[in-house]
Amino acid sequence: MNLTLKIWRQADSSSKGQMVDYKVTEISEHMSFLEMMDVLNEQLVNSGEEPVAFDHDCREGICGMCSMYINGEAHGPDRGVTTCQLHMRMFKDGDTITIEPFRAAAFPVIKDLVVDRTSFERIQQAGGYISVNTSGNTQDANSIPISKHAADEAMDAATCIGCGACVATCKNSSAMLFVGAKVSQYALLPQGQVEAADRVQNMVAQMDLEGFGNCTNTGACEVECPKGISLDNIARMNRELMKAAVK
Amino acid sequence: MGGFFKSSIGRKVAMALSAFFLMFFLLQHLFINMLSVFSPDAFNEVSHFMGTNPLVQYALQPVLIFAVVFHFVMGFILELKNKKANGVAYARNNGAANSTWSSRNMIYSGLVILAFIVLHFIDFWIPEINTKYIVGDMSGLHNGEFRYYHELVEKFQNPLRVGAYVISFVLLGLHLAHGFTSAFQSMGSTAGRKKNLQAFGKAYSIIVPLGFVIIALFHHLFNNH
Repeated sequence: MNLTLKIWRQADSSSKGQMVDYKVTEISEHMSFLEMMDVLNEQLVNSGEEPVAFDHDCREGICGMCSMYINGEAHGPDRGVTTCQLHMRMFKDGDTITIEPFRAAAFPVIKDLVVDRTSFERIQQAGGYISVNTSGNTQDANSIPISKHAADEAMDAATCIGCGACVATCKNSSAMLFVGAKVSQYALLPQGQVEAADRVQNMVAQMDLEGFGNCTNTGACEVECPKGISLDNIARMNRELMKAAVK
Repeated sequence: MGGFFKSSIGRKVAMALSAFFLMFFLLQHLFINMLSVFSPDAFNEVSHFMGTNPLVQYALQPVLIFAVVFHFVMGFILELKNKKANGVAYARNNGAANSTWSSRNMIYSGLVILAFIVLHFIDFWIPEINTKYIVGDMSGLHNGEFRYYHELVEKFQNPLRVGAYVISFVLLGLHLAHGFTSAFQSMGSTAGRKKNLQAFGKAYSIIVPLGFVIIALFHHLFNNH
């Protein structure tokens, strides 16, 4: 496949960026999107140009590092996959592919396609945990009865890899799918109950402080989420916050 | 509790609560106006009751005005905040791939509805308040007959006004198509995402605006004088 790539280039967080056109040739349809980017970068290095900076780590779709807004969609046109798991067979020979960083005021660009997502980490630090003694005397997990239904839903929520596709996709740059998932995975389990009220209040407060927008329930995040995190988690977070407010 | 309504989620809940009130209001407004198509006398009777009953006038009317103003003002505040959260705009953004047009354009359908409400206030509400509370005529009569039905028919003689109403109601329908189920989600209920309520929401967002359109067209086409 021969492709034209329109890629956002930005030297660092303080410089002004712009879209730059590149051509890549002989791309196999079996390559992942990141392998295609590797080919481009090899080309750029060989010709003495600065390679395109992009985030990646596991390349197995579980670490949440890769981002990229491809042809107007977070992680590209495929469903239920991260950019590393997106394959070139989703595109056609001769296509022009637009590649941009995840955009949000709370996700400032560091370089090219790399954005700073530490705002997510600060939200997690505000309450995305349970306080338990882990010094060798942990309780047997099976001693606490949990319904299959709750366990499944909590597990589904916990599959969020914190990639930020929800924010990048949202027309309001809202982080509510991410925070909803993180609140839900504890709210559904008995271990999460002790700190439930503080958790949701602190995480939502931090989310607002970071400058994320407000959810208007378009549902775009759920569609683009590589892990299929459900909008039900946002409803649960709303319930949890209401519960905490009247407590 | 004070902090709750300052939070992003608290504001969503407040938007949803005002939306529920407004959706209930629309339904009763449609019901009363529908009477004008079937029975001018019944329409006159009910209009007079609504226009002079102290509970409606001094309790429900202020709540309605508050809900309308609040829904618009908070809608604008949230829209501005959301725009600020966006950062640099995408060169290419495929919104249609993951969401409906009506869900992405609530601010625009809302603005059309706001323009409509201004027109509607000039047409009906301000003359009504003037007659009743400035002039002080609470009788509801004109030349010995109830005036409400004639005033309504009179207004719908102008094709421009009827056209503006029809366009506004189409946009209202689109606003409701997303707003109805969205309000449930904001209140923390997943019911809005289940089949039954989705179907009900769809029906509501078609039937209510269509009802108002039918009323306007009926008086314009079949009630010439």
